[in-house]
Amino acid sequence: MIGSFFRVAWHVMRKDLTVEVRSKEVLLTTLFFAVSVVLVFSFAIVREGRAPDDVAAGILWVAVSFSGTLAMGRTFERERYNDTLRALLLAPADRPAIYTGKLLGLLVLLALVEIVLVPLVGLLFNAPILAYPGRLATLLALGTLGFAAVGTLFAAMLVRVRSRDTLLPVLLYPITIPVMIAGVRGTAALFQATPDLAMAQFWIGLLVFWDAIFITLALWTFEPVMTE
Amino acid sequence: MNSDFETLSVVDLARHYGRRKALAQVSFTCQAGEIIGLLGPNGAGKSTLLNILATLISPSRGRVEYGARTAAQGGAEIRGRIGMLGHDLFLYPELTARENLVFFARLYGLTAVEAVAQASLARAGLADRGDDLVSGFSRGMRQRVALERALLHDPRLVLLDEPFTGLDQASTEALVFRLRERQQAGCILVIATHDLEVADGLLSRAIFLKNGRIVGTEEDSRGLSERYRLAIQ
Amino acid sequence: MKTLNPLLIGLSAVMLGVAPWIINAAPYESTMGLVQKIFYFHFPSAILFLVAALICGVASAIFLFGKKASADGWAIAAAELGLVFGSLTLVTGPLWARKAWGVWWVWDPRLTSSLLLWMIFSAYLLLRKYGGPGSDKLGAGMALFGMANVPFIYVSVNVWRTLHPQTSVVPTLPTDMGIPLWFCFAAFAMLFVALLNLRARLEHQRARVEALYLAEDEA
Repeated sequence: MIGSFFRVAWHVMRKDLTVEVRSKEVLLTTLFFAVSVVLVFSFAIVREGRAPDDVAAGILWVAVSFSGTLAMGRTFERERYNDTLRALLLAPADRPAIYTGKLLGLLVLLALVEIVLVPLVGLLFNAPILAYPGRLATLLALGTLGFAAVGTLFAAMLVRVRSRDTLLPVLLYPITIPVMIAGVRGTAALFQATPDLAMAQFWIGLLVFWDAIFITLALWTFEPVMTE
Repeated sequence: MNSDFETLSVVDLARHYGRRKALAQVSFTCQAGEIIGLLGPNGAGKSTLLNILATLISPSRGRVEYGARTAAQGGAEIRGRIGMLGHDLFLYPELTARENLVFFARLYGLTAVEAVAQASLARAGLADRGDDLVSGFSRGMRQRVALERALLHDPRLVLLDEPFTGLDQASTEALVFRLRERQQAGCILVIATHDLEVADGLLSRAIFLKNGRIVGTEEDSRGLSERYRLAIQ
Repeated sequence: MKTLNPLLIGLSAVMLGVAPWIINAAPYESTMGLVQKIFYFHFPSAILFLVAALICGVASAIFLFGKKASADGWAIAAAELGLVFGSLTLVTGPLWARKAWGVWWVWDPRLTSSLLLWMIFSAYLLLRKYGGPGSDKLGAGMALFGMANVPFIYVSVNVWRTLHPQTSVVPTLPTDMGIPLWFCFAAFAMLFVALLNLRARLEHQRARVEALYLAEDEA
């Protein structure tokens, strides 16, 4: 039972990544969008050639959440195009397994975006990204997981709705604010002049807790929400 | 537990979208080895009915019985015995025909997926084009792959939404041949279509739908187009 | 239920009518002055705001998993009331803040979490309005996440900014301030219950009309 769950999730993820490797559309557009977000923010913030301290964490997470929303919308737009989401739901596989597969595919994509985004923010805003790489990676991984867990569910359930493109951020941002706060504050604790490791640790703990709640809720609601 | 079923019964089915009645008071029964046609103009409720039969949409009222069970009782097991060819074909254009087939074979939990995919490609007449992207295929080729995708797991109930759209003479004949072959194998086939000419020789029985209701099922000696005209107009 | 609603509305109308005199009679708080009196309306609406979130979430869970269609009527009624009482909270809060802190808005945990909850209610109602057919199920899913968020938002913003005064005032309030406060709370609560009842009933009756309309020519 557990075996078939992960088998299905794995195949769905691999399928998504194969499609992405062929077209590279979502990765490239998301990446470019993330960089644009960073630039737009730098125009708003930089004064006399210098960025104020303590903005890097905020900008990083805003870029992650904005570009993440774009990627979610696009991956499900792809499933809508030939109505393949219906085909997935019609398969005798566990529906939560299909959700998990979509989530994993999205996470791989966002991880690739972050691999470019983090050094860029570090470079432009003078953030010490290499001071505590393990903790920073943990914060990013957990924050992205929580955000994407809710986003994948919402994007999936909005596939049938006409105004899905505007409704996705409208629903997603208020709900995922706790994850954003934890991500931003935890990252800021690492980036500040004298890093506050205890604080970072606290936010990491909180992120684990939220991720558990969000993923449980998402797995639980996916089945009833996806039946029209 | 054996999840095969010999009959498909639709009992007083209704589906509403807000105040719009997509389907109302739809009841019929079909037996293994029958090809049922759902005929009617656009918006008659054919697609909604197919989606309800596929368990993708739940009815507002009434029920569908697959043998002795309903979709709620059967769950994934029932889903595993249904094959559907949607109007939008259910294929990933960025994948090759073989990748599409292998992916869905795995999703259906089949074993020896490569062999299954190869056999399906051969039946679709695309044994040598299996590694080409679906996006490069013509409508007819896509349709053949999509049909084989829907039949991969040897479903008991086959649902087809406008399968003849955009097909040339040869493709249509091949499709009809394949559907007949499934009929001989004891499947229940339900086809929603506009194409009365093709349907005429193929169907065991026609159900005429208009505004979500059955407006005629009678069997008589008149041609299908004649009966369609009488029922719909 | 039916006879209860007019009673509740009448009672809360009378109580809200005399509330200004009762609030006026309460002792004059020296540091905040007149503005302190806002508290008598602010506190009840804030509590009912949270109660609405709870009702909306629980009703949504019952709708989604218990497949009880009538629960959806309660969920949407609670969401709309949540928005109303949340707006009251968000308007009265800054009026107080202006006097207490000299600015209309500070990013205090309580203010921030109230604003977020208000945003979640708004998003829910936007989904219900523009989600098209099937938005009842989608809304229920969204509401579950919203409810799960309530304690979390609170905890997170609490740690995020710790400069706010820890206001455990309510239980330690002197009786001559406590009586008008609980008086107002009772009035607001009755109004809330009555409105919730009426709004849910409207939704249930609408569902019945739909059902009758749809069944009309099928007998």
